[in-house]
Amino acid sequence: MQIFVADVVGVAVAQEVGALMTAILLAGRTGAAFAAQLGSMQVKEEIDALTTAGISPVQFLVLPRVLALVLMTPVLTIYADLFAMLGGGLVAITMLDLSATAYVVRLVQVVSISDFGMGLVRASVFGVLIAMAGCLRGMQSGRSASAVGLAATSAVVTSLVLTIIADGLLSVIFHVLRL
Amino acid sequence: MTSPSPVPPMPDAPPRIEVVDLDMAYGGFVIQRNLHFTVRPAEIFVVMGGSGSGKSTLLRLLIGLKAPARGDVFYDGQSLWTADPAEREAMMRRVGVVYQSNALWSSLTLSENVALLLEEFTDLGEQEIRDAAALKLALVGLAGFEDFYPSEVSGGMEKRAALARALALDPEILFLDEPSTGLDPINARLLDDLILDLRDGLGTTVVVVTHDLASIQAIGDNAVFLDSETKTMMAQGHPKALLADPPNPRVKAFLTREPIAR
Repeated sequence: MQIFVADVVGVAVAQEVGALMTAILLAGRTGAAFAAQLGSMQVKEEIDALTTAGISPVQFLVLPRVLALVLMTPVLTIYADLFAMLGGGLVAITMLDLSATAYVVRLVQVVSISDFGMGLVRASVFGVLIAMAGCLRGMQSGRSASAVGLAATSAVVTSLVLTIIADGLLSVIFHVLRL
Repeated sequence: MTSPSPVPPMPDAPPRIEVVDLDMAYGGFVIQRNLHFTVRPAEIFVVMGGSGSGKSTLLRLLIGLKAPARGDVFYDGQSLWTADPAEREAMMRRVGVVYQSNALWSSLTLSENVALLLEEFTDLGEQEIRDAAALKLALVGLAGFEDFYPSEVSGGMEKRAALARALALDPEILFLDEPSTGLDPINARLLDDLILDLRDGLGTTVVVVTHDLASIQAIGDNAVFLDSETKTMMAQGHPKALLADPPNPRVKAFLTREPIAR
């Protein structure tokens, strides 16, 4: 029975949990940072200065951040997948009397490329949502120091809510597509 | 080399900026109503008034950042607020703005702050842009500070860098929001001299929002006084004329720093 630990850990992490863990960390770290950066630019009238200069704040500030997270969330997800599987292996070996070889062999047998593919698609979608939520809350920020704090908090909440909704929707889509 | 001949204000020229029947409000809260004035080419026009009188809001409205509750602003006869976004952007391309908080882009060096506008809106090469940015910074006395970030220089230097950035595209009209805020008297005076030089040398039309009385009297060719209690434009004229013959007690109190006895 213990061997199924590799099935559970491998498939769950590759398909969903790795991307979800990464998204939660990024929402707290990067989503909040985006909101705080853009919020403080609102306070210091830097976004007004871009607007009056005829430079689109969306193109100059939002798009590069969205692109950064679209590209980097999948990379971080692969990193998270590896460490999650390593952690699962550690528990299996030390607490469930499974050998390292058996765990690795079983992982290779049950986890397919398409499992990782689903995880990476999720990661990219989460990346877009977290970046958009962070930037949106930052751009909507008021013009005081406390408003920047509220924007950062709001960015984390919005990112997490959107991530969870998107995760559910993607699960349905993958199920319908029989992936 | 001879210095350029001064360009005097042109009282008979058609207005560069015309403000017509303008109401300003935040939601239902009216700040000023029935504003009506003109700014002539090469004029230094001062918007003065106490705190909360709507000076900075008026500036935001003049540079297209906030829509009026009523009325319009015309640049050389062209409506700002009925123009489509592309036209409005083209109109704003002729304008340079120095914000109250300087609003330098904090992740860019002083040189990059100036260069960004040149990169976006000119065909100049990389080296030419670097040279032009250095020239603008030298114009405001910041030669040698090109690679400093805004957080690494003093408030006065930041203000001058903001002016250099506002001048990057050689604007026809320059807006300054409380330019002497945070400056010591000497630097405030130097900034006044720089504004006069710009007007005299390049014919730049300057609109200054301020309550710095010394500056108002030193550089203003024309001024309006916005009153926060009556929410109206209480006076218009040359600052020296307004000081010599104030049209009402509130204007007199402001210009002479003597509170009205109650």
